[in-house]
Amino acid sequence: MDGSNNKITLEYNIMQNDFKCAGEASSNVKKILNQLGIDSKIVRRAAIATYEAEMNIVIHSLGGKIIVTITSDVIEIKAHDRGPGIKDIELAMQEGYSTASNLVRELGFGAGMGLPNMKKCSDIFNIISRENEETLVSMKIYIK
Amino acid sequence: MKLSEIRDILDAKVLVGQEFLDREVFSAFSSDLMSDVLAFINEKSILLTGLTNPQVIRTAEMADLFAIVFVRGKVPSKDLLDLALEKNITIMTTEYTLYTTSGKLYEKGLRGVETEDV
Repeated sequence: MDGSNNKITLEYNIMQNDFKCAGEASSNVKKILNQLGIDSKIVRRAAIATYEAEMNIVIHSLGGKIIVTITSDVIEIKAHDRGPGIKDIELAMQEGYSTASNLVRELGFGAGMGLPNMKKCSDIFNIISRENEETLVSMKIYIK
Repeated sequence: MKLSEIRDILDAKVLVGQEFLDREVFSAFSSDLMSDVLAFINEKSILLTGLTNPQVIRTAEMADLFAIVFVRGKVPSKDLLDLALEKNITIMTTEYTLYTTSGKLYEKGLRGVETEDV
């Protein structure tokens, strides 16, 4: 954790298919946001957005990172994976569209709500991806 | 509705979080889809589900849910119960199916989480 200049940066490595640890990063983010005394509704939105992003990296990617930056005004969540990228982002953003496996569906995910949920929870949502390349999801949630 | 009333209505067995049975909930949500839980729940609710993997607890944690009722007599793993204990989440299990569980609570006045489209 880097706490200089009133900015806190949290960084987590997320492993592909690591369903046992999936959610630990988000849990830690939520704990820290609560400790900072941030409004519980804001914390909840940030926690859900981070968790969906974390699950997406576990489920769909080759692995990646979640970087959360907290200042007095904004929580910024960046989910950066190493591929394989999204062929059609517009389609992936549609509620109900999913490419998840049966195993993932048995875990209660893969209903095609992940990206729409992240967008709903954030004030600013941005996704950059291309087939066979990495995916970067950036989200901002304003504290005030 | 208090968690203790929910336990009584459902003849449920409390597996973890006995000490929080005085907590009050205002609505319930029945689902085996965790992303739907994250998308729709926006108040003090309980989750009724047949899904028993640890991601259910993670979902409850992120969505600020403080109780989960497992239906159809499902008993979750020790890993799940340990995580619930750590997160102060009450876990119950009932023999009733998801439909019957939901109906019994609704009949006693516990309403469902309303989606924005209703």
